[in-house]
Amino acid sequence: MSGTLSVIRPGLLTTVQDGGRWGWQSSGVPVSGAMDPVSHRLANALVGNPPGSATLEVTLLGPELEFHDDRLVAVCGAEFEISVNGNGMPPQSAFPVGRGSRCRFGSRLRGARASVAISGGIAVPPVLGSRATHVTTRMGGYEGRALVAGDTLPLGKPSERERLDLPASTNALVRLPAAGPTTVRVIPGPHADRFEENAMAVLQSAPYTVTPQSNRMGYRLEGAALRSAPTRASFALSEATFHGALQVPPNGQPIVLMADRQTTGGYPVLAVVAAADIGLTAQLAPGDLVMFEHCTEQDAVSSLLAQEALLIAAEARGAA
Amino acid sequence: MSGGATIVRAGDSAIVVRFEERIDPSINARALQLGKRVASWATTGVRDIVPAFHSVTVHYDPIRTNVQHLVEQLERAVVAEEPEGMADSGRSIEIPVCYGDDLGPDLSAVASWANMSATDVVAFHSARAYRVYMLGFLPGFSYLGTVDERIAVPRLATPRVHVPAGSVAIAGPQTGVYPLDTPGGWHLIGRTPLLMFDASRSRPSLLAAGDTVTFRPMNRTEYDRFSGLRDRGHGTC
Repeated sequence: MSGTLSVIRPGLLTTVQDGGRWGWQSSGVPVSGAMDPVSHRLANALVGNPPGSATLEVTLLGPELEFHDDRLVAVCGAEFEISVNGNGMPPQSAFPVGRGSRCRFGSRLRGARASVAISGGIAVPPVLGSRATHVTTRMGGYEGRALVAGDTLPLGKPSERERLDLPASTNALVRLPAAGPTTVRVIPGPHADRFEENAMAVLQSAPYTVTPQSNRMGYRLEGAALRSAPTRASFALSEATFHGALQVPPNGQPIVLMADRQTTGGYPVLAVVAAADIGLTAQLAPGDLVMFEHCTEQDAVSSLLAQEALLIAAEARGAA
Repeated sequence: MSGGATIVRAGDSAIVVRFEERIDPSINARALQLGKRVASWATTGVRDIVPAFHSVTVHYDPIRTNVQHLVEQLERAVVAEEPEGMADSGRSIEIPVCYGDDLGPDLSAVASWANMSATDVVAFHSARAYRVYMLGFLPGFSYLGTVDERIAVPRLATPRVHVPAGSVAIAGPQTGVYPLDTPGGWHLIGRTPLLMFDASRSRPSLLAAGDTVTFRPMNRTEYDRFSGLRDRGHGTC
């Protein structure tokens, strides 16, 4: 059985995303993929999809979707008021939908982005091995763009499995901003020596504000200016960028590079967000405050391993 | 660190190997060569290998990669470079360009800046063979260098909102071809009917780092005929 779903209202920015288009950056192809990879994987596990199945990524204002057959749906990441035919559904868990079911996103409670997994996955054709949408290059996803009302998306064949209930420990996987500044851990970056000696201290001295000029390519922040060392040029010869790079243009206001980042860039990178905190960073919305905290690479990898153990356990249960 | 190269950890998921920081064919060749060697190791967990002017970045999954081993391999590779690998293995590619008029709206401005005729700008631009140093910015966008300094016009003061795909442009010592419709700040001197990037091809990007590019002037009739063939699906380029 394969089927479709219909987009009744698209929401602010709803795109098809998966684990990203890795392997093509040397041809200038951005990686893209789910901004919050943890929520993406957990949502897939909850509906019994193989890891890496394509989901919908919902941004700030959610969509209304109509289903045409029996499916499991899980919404992980940002918390919204979600209803199916008027009945409220819990976040970070799976629920069934049937023919004619309308799943409506209401008010956003916490976080910025939710991954919506549907059993069977979104079955748009892969481009260079990935179904991820990169809107600015119009690549992948559904016609290379954000969804609009009236779109009909192909769905894959769902696995034959009952709804999965995960142990409470997996709830800790989804990390969302709470009241006050959100702490994000950073490792000193590959151009740290191009900055004034106290730049890492300045970075950690006070919170930065996420500006409205933030998107899937990067988060532009506003706060204490980070200064280049006077003896060094304020730009570096272009080289590859990477997820979580905190790059600093000449105005001293950092930009955190995210999933849709260009493959290469020329601004020096003071610090890099720990991979384990990328999902949390993706949940920051314009106006939110972020407080950076130094961590060692060893601690960063330890956190990632702990996260991975929980995700693998969830995925193993989903596949059982 | 060794052999004039430094190995820098970039967070917990990338390693950058840098050579001397300047735009130079032999330095770039070392970076490309190292990138190929890293690819040949087929290390578990390595997600992407991205060469640039003077560096190679290895993206890896820290959960699935033996990072210590990868760093040691890189350290050994930069002290024992394979001399035969220093020779460029790139291809030579000719890109036909219709210069000027509506396809190259900045050609006359470049001529004024250079204090020469438009014909001379075209002659200078198409006389050289350019090295593809790296790709980036957009799928299939290559950084080619270096342009004759007499026509090395700086970027536009105000970038254009819309640059058509195929536009051939100059920015300082660099020249390149926009693969997609996009905003852009380079001076547009012509347009090629070639598709610089097509995800459905077995080799999506027409150019790869290490290739050599020459631009061949074509007239408008040729351009229109080529574009027409391409749009009817006969284009193989």
